[in-house]
Amino acid sequence: MLRPFALYRPTTLPELGELLAEHGNDAAIYAGGTELLLLLKEGLLRVRCLIDIKRVSGLDAILSEQGAVTIGATVRHRTVERSPLLHERCPLLARVAAHVANVRVRHVGTIGGNLAFADPHSDLATIGLAFDGAVSLWSRARERQVPLADFVLGPYETSRRDDEILTSVRLRPWLQGTVGAYLKFGVYERPTLGVALAVTMSPAGQVSEARLAVGCVGPRPRRFDDVEQQMIGATAADLADAAKPLADATAEAVDTVADLHGSADYKREMTRVFVRRAVATVAARAAGRDLHERYPHTIVV
Amino acid sequence: MSDTRTPSSCSLALTVNGRAVALEVPAHSLLLDVLRERLGLKGAKRSCDMQVCGACTVLVDGAPVSSCTYLAVEADGARVLTVEGLGDGDTLDPIQEAFIEHGAVQCGFCTSGMLMSARALLAEDPAPTRERVAHYLRGNLCRCTGYGKVIDAIVACGRRQEARA
Repeated sequence: MLRPFALYRPTTLPELGELLAEHGNDAAIYAGGTELLLLLKEGLLRVRCLIDIKRVSGLDAILSEQGAVTIGATVRHRTVERSPLLHERCPLLARVAAHVANVRVRHVGTIGGNLAFADPHSDLATIGLAFDGAVSLWSRARERQVPLADFVLGPYETSRRDDEILTSVRLRPWLQGTVGAYLKFGVYERPTLGVALAVTMSPAGQVSEARLAVGCVGPRPRRFDDVEQQMIGATAADLADAAKPLADATAEAVDTVADLHGSADYKREMTRVFVRRAVATVAARAAGRDLHERYPHTIVV
Repeated sequence: MSDTRTPSSCSLALTVNGRAVALEVPAHSLLLDVLRERLGLKGAKRSCDMQVCGACTVLVDGAPVSSCTYLAVEADGARVLTVEGLGDGDTLDPIQEAFIEHGAVQCGFCTSGMLMSARALLAEDPAPTRERVAHYLRGNLCRCTGYGKVIDAIVACGRRQEARA
């Protein structure tokens, strides 16, 4: 059962700003509610009011601009999953969206809510890192852009201040010639591990840019610049051969924590296994093939 | 400022299983409680209470939602369909017929949610593959009998609908 609260439903950002200023800590920002309502039901969070942002105009758009795609905070996972624009510009993201939680959660849960809640066992923040994602935070005083890498500070913790609202996330679509994959492993409702890897192949068939992100295993998802650098210049065949050393280097560098999904050592080992599989998958795709490997309890996107 | 506040008690006007319903509910009411306790519709069940199991699935404007974790105010102005709204008096919905034919029911606790998810899927994709059914019903858990017969029933219902079309 939920404890009583008042519900505010502003329709513009200035109204929303006024409510946030007035209620501060007594309020929770409410969009889909798929995470928030669970906390309220369990009594883990107590607030006097919810501020529903779904009616605020301009927060539900998916926009394609020069060099970037912007997804509004109240866009639902299901909309991402079915967006022709995202299938064209950020196809891996659109395909991953189809595997978030279950169809009921995807119909209701929002992109902004997912990122702002910062559940460490989430796909979106990890895949967002592989698109150089940055969130927009709006308050009455100012608007600022924060790279996802600096936004998520730890489990359920972000750099958003109480008077700010996450209005959108901006992604940099991959360049022509980029192939990618997302591997997600877990036996529970939420993923135990997520690995996103994308490589951009030059016309000469060599990696010119690589993006590797690992999430769910540690306090926050992160990229692995050093491992990415090791991929530069590799051909698809080189990549396939280097799957093991690349995986070892990632497993050395990853920061894992123990929780209900497993011990820190287990997660480090799983990172090794799944980065190796991700590299093998992407190397095959870079060579124009698909691996069709099936791994237990794993979704390969 | 426009009307931004829903007071502790607010008016809802919605359609439930084709019938217009108007009622006052507290802002913190969950749709499942309104359906079960205020409208006497006990088909949707509270089970996991965290959107994992699917026993509370109802359709809001055709989309499946977990009514256990969905504020009733969100359904204001919407068409809500529960398992009681499938079929028509003595006539069962084709998906209900298919579940019976394929023995896709054991204890029955998850069945209303399974049926509602299946209805939503068939509206989206009239003849889904087994893979599509399995993916769509990922969030509907059965603890008795497994999923083979449920998937058989939904695939067969889709094929039959397609043959009739």
